[in-house]
Amino acid sequence: MISRDEFKTIAGNGIWKQNTSIAQILGLCPLLATTTNAVNGIMLSLATILVMALSGFAIASLRNLIPHEIRIPVFILIVAALVTVVDLLFNANLHELYLVLGIFIPLIVTNCIVLARVEAFAAKNPPIQSTFDGIFMGFGMLWTLALLGAMRELLGAGTVFGGIDMVFPNLHPIQLLPESYPGFLLALLPPGAFILLGCMIAWKNWMDARAAERTRLKPPAPVAVAGTH
Amino acid sequence: MSTAREYSATGMAVRTAAILFVFVIIFTALLSAAYLWTKPAIEASATEEKMKLIDEVLPRRDYDNALLDDTLDLPATPELGLSEASTLYRARLAGQPLALVFEAVAPDGYSGKIRLVLAIRADGQISGVRVIQHKETPGLGDYVEVKKDKNKARPWITQFQSMSLAEVTDKDWKVKKDGGRIDYYAGATVTPRAISKAVLKAVKWAEANRNQLFVPGGAAQ
Repeated sequence: MISRDEFKTIAGNGIWKQNTSIAQILGLCPLLATTTNAVNGIMLSLATILVMALSGFAIASLRNLIPHEIRIPVFILIVAALVTVVDLLFNANLHELYLVLGIFIPLIVTNCIVLARVEAFAAKNPPIQSTFDGIFMGFGMLWTLALLGAMRELLGAGTVFGGIDMVFPNLHPIQLLPESYPGFLLALLPPGAFILLGCMIAWKNWMDARAAERTRLKPPAPVAVAGTH
Repeated sequence: MSTAREYSATGMAVRTAAILFVFVIIFTALLSAAYLWTKPAIEASATEEKMKLIDEVLPRRDYDNALLDDTLDLPATPELGLSEASTLYRARLAGQPLALVFEAVAPDGYSGKIRLVLAIRADGQISGVRVIQHKETPGLGDYVEVKKDKNKARPWITQFQSMSLAEVTDKDWKVKKDGGRIDYYAGATVTPRAISKAVLKAVKWAEANRNQLFVPGGAAQ
């Protein structure tokens, strides 16, 4: 079904190497709009994980029936139908959760991340791999958006996890900076999101460059001894 | 797949169109099925939401009729700040009118309209007022919303409770800054002023129309 190595590659790609937000730079519109705090970013990502897993599975299962020429309209049809069904089911059966997550689900219908992964991965791979790809791409988005949201609200308002009481009524936002912190509006506005996202992309590139440098400098002794090359 | 047979251009177009058509039919059917299947549950939770809001302004134990079914359609009412038609709910106890639940809009909030829901009892007393939608400044004017009010024991909006025209004069029905008796938090006077004005207008409207509004009768309207 799925080998360990395949799983590892898919997980690594989703969470770090091809991270939707800081490597593929996809889905910036919902990213800018929702990361005014960490909770919103996490909620949007959770909804995205669900939709990506489902659409990945559905499209990978049907991939041999879809003619190449009309794949995009068919993908859009499938993704939009699935998202709407998920939206309806949530509203009917998990109403409490729907009140929290509900506003994010329609945002995803047209999210280019979903269509991009469906086109780049699910259309060419078996259902199980595609489901995992969707889940891990979503996880990559989750930690990036959570971090970006937390940085923006910390800089902007001095708190983290603002709005957590909407999800868990007995939890409260954490005030990290003193109450007298005047706030820094730029961080909460869309340009602030761009600037911080830029910093995160730079950080990722720096980490990658450092890792590459390390492998280049390291004497390839163990490999040579084993004689696999 | 495509290696098995060669299609002419027209044949290819027809085949592609047919496949697309089949997909559209299947997924539209899926959507309709999901819609029909979830419809009763979604309507039930929408009703529950509405009742939750009404419960905040009028306790459920006070009346015994099916409030949501005993309605009166209001046309656009400038006295209530409503530019569109809305629905008024009538609560009864043993067939006698007990209270009205309706919406009103304060048009002059600090940043736009403030939507309110009010319950007014047959004796003219206010049973409760809540803000249901506003765009007031977060952290400054938004204390009119119970959830955002730092005074949890006695949120600002609850002071309208049991006020009535008989007991409170027009002069008193103002924020303290304007010489009235309604409290406000320093730094945000525009919001409470707008709400006080809208509530007073709504109470006056209910009083002026009490013969049409508070009529006895069952749910069969």
